[in-house]
Amino acid sequence: MAESLWAFPIVESVHVLALCLFLGMATILDLRLLGLVMRDLRVSEVVTRLLPWTAAGFAVMVISGALTFLNAPVRYYENIFFRIKMVALLLAGLNVWVFHSGIWLEVSDWDRDAVAPFRARLAGVLSLVLWACIVVAGRMIAYNWFDKVAN
Amino acid sequence: MSLLPFFQWCEASAVGTAIRNSQWLFPVIEAVHLLGLALMGGVVLVVDMRLMGLGVRRKPVAALAREIEPWLIGTLIVMLTTGLLLYTSEPTKLYYNGAFWMKMWFLASAIIYTFTVRRTVLAADETRVSPAWKTLVALISITLWAGVGIGGRAIGFY
Repeated sequence: MAESLWAFPIVESVHVLALCLFLGMATILDLRLLGLVMRDLRVSEVVTRLLPWTAAGFAVMVISGALTFLNAPVRYYENIFFRIKMVALLLAGLNVWVFHSGIWLEVSDWDRDAVAPFRARLAGVLSLVLWACIVVAGRMIAYNWFDKVAN
Repeated sequence: MSLLPFFQWCEASAVGTAIRNSQWLFPVIEAVHLLGLALMGGVVLVVDMRLMGLGVRRKPVAALAREIEPWLIGTLIVMLTTGLLLYTSEPTKLYYNGAFWMKMWFLASAIIYTFTVRRTVLAADETRVSPAWKTLVALISITLWAGVGIGGRAIGFY
């Protein structure tokens, strides 16, 4: 990919557009947990309707992101923002796992609540904060302030 | 009449100079612009998808659109403010950037379309609008906003 003039811009554009789908949908799910949108819909209704789109967007993000990484693996590995992004990604994944193996199993008890219980709201806030970190760190990878390897 | 003198005036402005001379300001504003993009993607897509019969189908289109509109306007304000700040730091460079002009044409079209055609269809009695027409209205909206996003990303590659 490093040899092609067009591959990088195309893959990057796909990465940015898929961000709208993936993070857009994920944010709306989080906002529903916090009781900020669609309070009249059951939480499980919003989750089951939007999660497939979130997952599809995530798949595109991972593929286009992996292709971007392969463009210059050594440089990215050395980049502090890349490392921050990877750690935040791991934490975001952990947050999803804790949510789905915990409070989500009891969703029938709070499905109709306008505002979800504390543990679900916490998952929503953590998700918003971690994804914001991932996006910001991702953008900063392009800046080579702290790079040891010359571009 | 050329817009170049106006662009040069923006470049010489205090705000433009401050952003240009700072190592951190541009990336930070750009990061906020990108976060706004993600939220914008959500609020545009969730309504357009609903218009096509996808996503949160239990909620009537008009009710969803009414609820989401403040979020749309809020994110749009964030996007326009951060976008304008980014612009003031390098207007004359952008003046000669084809992707910038593409983005601006898509942006103007998308805003006009969203608050005229799309808004009217979203508020209309659902039973009186055919599914094909609703799908078309949603697809045009997605296409116009995608054009803005692609144009924006392309500015950096141009």
